[in-house]
Amino acid sequence: MPSEYAVEVDQVVRVFSKGAVRALDGVSLRVGTGQVFGLLGPNGSGKTTMVRILSTILKPSEGSARVAGFDVVRQSQQVRQRIGLAGQFATVDENLTGFENLRMIGRLNHLSAKESTTRARSLLHDFDLDEAANRLAKTFSGGMRRRLDLAAALVARPPILFLDEPTTGLDPQSRQDLWAIIEGLVEGGTTVLLTTQYLDEADRLAQQLVVLDHGKIIAQGTSAELKSQLGATVLVLTLHSTADAQRTGELVADLSDRVVRVEGMVVELNVECGPSSAADALRRVDAQGIVVAGLALREPSLDDVFLTLTGHRVADDVALAQPTGATRREHA
Amino acid sequence: MTTESLSSTWSPRWAITDTITIARRNLLALIRVPTALVFAIIQPIMFVILFRYVFGGAIRLPQGEYVNYLIPGILVQTTIFGAVGTAIGLAEDLQRGLIERFRALPMARMAVLGGRTLADVARNILIIIVITIVGFAVGFRPTGSVIAYLGAALLMLVFAYCLSWGFAFIGLVAPNSEAAQAITFPLIFPITFASSIFVPIASMPSWLQGFATYQPVSQVTDAVRGLMNDQPHGASTWTGLAWALGILMVLAPLAVRRYRQVA
Repeated sequence: MPSEYAVEVDQVVRVFSKGAVRALDGVSLRVGTGQVFGLLGPNGSGKTTMVRILSTILKPSEGSARVAGFDVVRQSQQVRQRIGLAGQFATVDENLTGFENLRMIGRLNHLSAKESTTRARSLLHDFDLDEAANRLAKTFSGGMRRRLDLAAALVARPPILFLDEPTTGLDPQSRQDLWAIIEGLVEGGTTVLLTTQYLDEADRLAQQLVVLDHGKIIAQGTSAELKSQLGATVLVLTLHSTADAQRTGELVADLSDRVVRVEGMVVELNVECGPSSAADALRRVDAQGIVVAGLALREPSLDDVFLTLTGHRVADDVALAQPTGATRREHA
Repeated sequence: MTTESLSSTWSPRWAITDTITIARRNLLALIRVPTALVFAIIQPIMFVILFRYVFGGAIRLPQGEYVNYLIPGILVQTTIFGAVGTAIGLAEDLQRGLIERFRALPMARMAVLGGRTLADVARNILIIIVITIVGFAVGFRPTGSVIAYLGAALLMLVFAYCLSWGFAFIGLVAPNSEAAQAITFPLIFPITFASSIFVPIASMPSWLQGFATYQPVSQVTDAVRGLMNDQPHGASTWTGLAWALGILMVLAPLAVRRYRQVA
C-alpha cells in the first residue's frame, strides 16, 4: 500500500525501567517520501529509541508508527523488507570479512546466493572497500566499519533508510565521505531518517528537522527556520576579566534579540549579521575603554539551540540523563 | 529484485536457509577466533593426553583398560563443553548489537538461536571425529560395533544439542560475555567432573555418589561407554535421552521467550 508518507509517527511513548524513564513522551512526526529528515538532540533525548521503534526492534509503549504504510508492530515483517538500518555502533560481524558480512546480510534479506554475491561485490566497490573485501572486519578502521555498516543497510536496496548518528566519532574526512554517500542515495530517491547531535550535519543533509529533548519535540521546521529562531551566527567576545565581560554583556545586549550569555570572561550572543554586529560591538566596547582579548564568529551549535530553546546546555542534559540508567540500554 | 517478490511473511524454506546462513556464520567465527578453536579442539586433546599418561596410571578400574574408559568420557565432556560457546557467543552478539541488526532484517526470527545450536552440532561432529582419531592413536580400542559407535555419537549429539538451548538461555540472560562465561563454568564443572566421565563413581565418597550416579551427564556417559565398548549399560541410554528432552522442553521455551524480550 503506497503512502504519501514514508514514516508516520503518532503520539509514541516508550518507557523503560518499568515506567521510571520516559525515553519518548508523546512524539508525532511525518516524513515525506524521498525526504531527508533529521532528528536532532543530545544523548538521552530519545533519538535512538525512535530509530529502534521505527526499525521494529522495540515496540512503542503507547501510540503507533507506520513505515511505508505498514504498522511497525502488527506488520513488522513488511516493514523489515523495506528498511535499512545503520548506526553509530557499526554492528558488523567482526569475525567475517567485508565480503562475507555483506553476503550474509543479502542472504538474510532473502536475495538469492548469486544476487547476494553480486550485490556484495558492487557495494564494496561503491564504498571504496575493494581492498578490504577479504579482510576480517575486526581489522577495519572506524571509517571503514561505518562504510561497511552503511553498505550492509543498503544490500536489499531499501526505499527507506534509518541512520543513527552516522558520523559520530568519525574524523572530518570520513564524515565528508559519508555525507557524500548519503547525498547520493537521496538523489536516487531513498527516504532517509537520520539522527544527529551535530547541527552542521543536520544542516547539510536534512530538509526537515525535529529537535528532541527528554523524549519530547521542542522545535521543528527546516534548518533555515530553526536558524532564524537562533540568529544565523554566534558572536563570541573574550575579555581580560569577568568584570569586563559583565559590562560588555550589558553594552551589546541590544545587538541580539536573544539572551546574551556571559560565562567567565566570555560573552556570546546570537546575531543576524556577523560582521556588522562584530564591528558594532567593538566600537561600543572600545568607547568604554575595554580591551577585547579575542573575537570570533561561529555557526550556532546544537548547544546554542538547546540553550536558546530549553535554557540548559547539552552537557547538563547528559549529566541529568545518565544516572537514571536509561541511556545505557537505549544506546546498547 | 522487487520488494513484492519477497512479501510472504513466513515460509519454512526461508526458516531453513536463514538458519543455515547463521550457522555458517558461527562456524566461520569458530575458525577465525583462535581462542575458540583452541577451546574446541586443542583442549580435549590435552585432556586425552593428561588423563591417558599423567593421571590414568593412578586410576583403578574394576576391569578393562583405562584408555577404553577414558575416550568415551572425553567425548561426552567435550561435546558438553561446546555448549559454553553458545552462551558466550550469544552474549557477545547481544553486546555488540548484532542481534539488533538481525531483528531489523526480514529473516526468520528463530534462525538466530536455531543457527547457533545447529553450528554446535556441526562443531561437535568434527570434534567427535578428531577425538576418535586421537583416541585410536593413544591406544583406544572400542569393542562395540560401528553401528553402536555411531549410535553413541548420535546420543552425544542429541544431548549436547538440547544442552545448547539451555546455555543459549544463559547467554541471553547474561549482561555480557564475561558474565556468561562466569555463570556457565560453575555449572559445567560439577556436572562433568562429579560424573563417570573420568573415574568410576564407586571411587567417590558416598555423599557424592548419589548425585554423581543419577545426574544426566553420568547417564549419557554410561550409555556412550557401554555402546562403544559393548558392555551392559542398563537403561542409561533412555535416561540420558529423557534428560536431554526434558532439558530441551524446559529451557528452549525459556530461551525463546528471553530472545523475544531482549532482541
